Amino acid sequence: MNEASRSNLPPLQLHVPEPKFRPGDAVDYSHLVIPAAGAQARPDESCGASETHPLCLDLVRVLGEDHRAVGPWDPKLDPESLRRMLRLMALTRAFDDRMYRGQRQGKTSFYMKCTGEEATSIAPAMALASDDMVFPSYRQQGILIARGYPMVDMINQIYSNKADKLKGRQLPIMYSAREASFFSISGNLATQYPQAVGWAMASAIKGDTRIAAAWLGEGSTAEGDFHSAMTFAAVYNAPVVFNVVNNQWAISSFSGFAGAERTTFAARAIGYGIAGLRVDGNDPLAVYAATRWAANRARANGGPTLIEHFTYRAEGHSTSDDPGQYRSVQERTEWPLGDPIARLAAHLEALGEWTPEAHAAMDLELAEQVKAAAKAAEANGVLGHGLHHPFRTLFEDVFEELPWHLKEQSEQAIRERRIKWPEWKEEDS
Amino acid sequence: MSETASMKKLNMIEAINDALDVMMARDSNIVVMGEDVGYFGGVFRATAGLQKKYGRTRVFDTPISECGIIGVAVGMGAYGLRPVPEIQFADYIYPGLDQLVSEAARLRYRSAGEFTAPITVRSPFGGGIFGGQTHSQSPEALFTHVSGIKTVIPATPHDAKGLLIAAIEDNDPVIFFEPKRIYNGPFNGYYDKPVEPWSRHKDGAVPEGYYRIPLGKARVVREGEAMTVLAYGTMVHVAEAVLAEKGVDAEIIDLRTLVPLDIETIKASIEKTGKCMIVHEATRTGGFGAELSALVQERCFYHLEAPIERVTGFDTPYPHSLEWAYFPGPVRIGEAVDRLLKA
Repeated sequence: MNEASRSNLPPLQLHVPEPKFRPGDAVDYSHLVIPAAGAQARPDESCGASETHPLCLDLVRVLGEDHRAVGPWDPKLDPESLRRMLRLMALTRAFDDRMYRGQRQGKTSFYMKCTGEEATSIAPAMALASDDMVFPSYRQQGILIARGYPMVDMINQIYSNKADKLKGRQLPIMYSAREASFFSISGNLATQYPQAVGWAMASAIKGDTRIAAAWLGEGSTAEGDFHSAMTFAAVYNAPVVFNVVNNQWAISSFSGFAGAERTTFAARAIGYGIAGLRVDGNDPLAVYAATRWAANRARANGGPTLIEHFTYRAEGHSTSDDPGQYRSVQERTEWPLGDPIARLAAHLEALGEWTPEAHAAMDLELAEQVKAAAKAAEANGVLGHGLHHPFRTLFEDVFEELPWHLKEQSEQAIRERRIKWPEWKEEDS
Repeated sequence: MSETASMKKLNMIEAINDALDVMMARDSNIVVMGEDVGYFGGVFRATAGLQKKYGRTRVFDTPISECGIIGVAVGMGAYGLRPVPEIQFADYIYPGLDQLVSEAARLRYRSAGEFTAPITVRSPFGGGIFGGQTHSQSPEALFTHVSGIKTVIPATPHDAKGLLIAAIEDNDPVIFFEPKRIYNGPFNGYYDKPVEPWSRHKDGAVPEGYYRIPLGKARVVREGEAMTVLAYGTMVHVAEAVLAEKGVDAEIIDLRTLVPLDIETIKASIEKTGKCMIVHEATRTGGFGAELSALVQERCFYHLEAPIERVTGFDTPYPHSLEWAYFPGPVRIGEAVDRLLKA
């Protein structure tokens, strides 16, 4: 290598993304382009994927600064549906608050809130059919709540108690609810994306009318499964709605580490030949309208859609996380898209369909509802208090039938227990 | 299986193709997918003719994405289909490993039976074909180590069909490794001599129609008294040939299923012979042979008259030009046999 011949070249520099604000920094969101509500065109649901490209770089918004619904994306929901949407979001938040406290009180080992992101699960759940299969990540508890899944069963799972349908096998919040068409949550990020595509392909193979919807965070789009899912969905025109909840943060890593400095997450759809929409994720009406657009498209054999929900993770990643260590506390208060619950409440008030008094009363009622569910679940035990499931259940469901080596190990577990507590009987556990 | 069924001579590829055909005709929820499996019929011809017969929505080509193939299959299984995805070479199964280990294997357990992954992943495996590093590997130990997956490896066309049918019908995820060295005939390890085709071998006779060989049940290839040989896939035939040549009255067991393992057949044999030789192509350290050896030692200790012998591939990546130095062939097996005989 002739070094001299290269001396006129600048040294290469590695770019390592860095978020704009760190703890203690004053927050200035003026770099964010927030277009006016109602200004985004709504293409026909049967349009070519490339026609959605402008929407991938824009932000679909319905609720304006005056709290009125405007523009072609206004889903024109009746006040009853709007109140239901508001109530479900508020219920999700009340649930989160109580479960967070439950973790702090030692009733469970772990919890994850979705504060600020309630619209990204409640509105899609309302826009989808109740038997469309959803493949959520761990931050879409709102879907179960919207689908009327018993809250006590959710809490039983969180507490890993004797009524936990998952028999204490799963980390709290990793729900599975087939009856609610809610796919088993995995700890491994993005794996549900190709699975959702496969489910949607199966539905198409069988000539069914149900579609699939999948969720992940913007951080998880960096996983290979995201690419596989997008490729397969495009190749087979699978009836699936992809949701990317861009809440700006993947634990301590800002969205720049998933590539957000260069383009939007919605825009990735275009390269795969998939329709893309970028929506104000704190505008429940925009989220609802986008989901309905995508669901209608999928149901009409128009193929997949990727929806980026531009939102903000208002709280820590989990009960094991302290966001004050890596981001400015002002980010949440300054977030320009506000709070989804407050915005929908203001909209209903602007319509003359809601009052602050009604809201306060609702919040009290929901807190009581969650409290009652938590009490009912606690009657089944909380984590670590007593033995909640017979030892043999530890070995069941690894396979459909117990092979000899698991039978042996099951006997061993019971033997160990008897050595420790000679009076113990398995049926008492 | 029905003894009255009429038999036909098939090689292992044809037997696998026949199993897929039989099962697709019986169950409309079975779909076959993978790279080049559709119109072309597979790079080894295992899926030849199936797309024409069953249509493109049941037998189709996929993008080149093992993670996608397995992930999509898991989702199809959750819907209620019984997918039979193909991974073109076992050496290329690794991009799909997260979906197999974290998802397919765990789905029943983590959902307490709400969702299952009744998928059968077929994949050609093993060496002896000058396949070099990435067309020769035997990664079975990566799967036998995973709770919730069954691992099946046939050694004959007859077993390939019966085991594949059982695997497809099984409600658990199954890894079905096909020893590609014996697709056309039972390779005996003497690479400098011609291979006998399956059409002239007794196990090349395959019953027509539906039959199944239960998973978890080994096959005693040959009864004997001098020692017990535990093998699977290609190595069943290599071991059989070497022992026959040496005139050793060995009991040879073709394991067929590694998980769940037929421990009773193994135990009964070693209690009779007192000696055990384990043969596999895969690398030695952490290979399935280690598990077999430990099980035999734990369960047959007082019957053992000699240390357990493990005859395996070396702990190197699979080489190209030095293939026959790597492959656990007649010389390596012969040495182990002599040690056991002297013990």
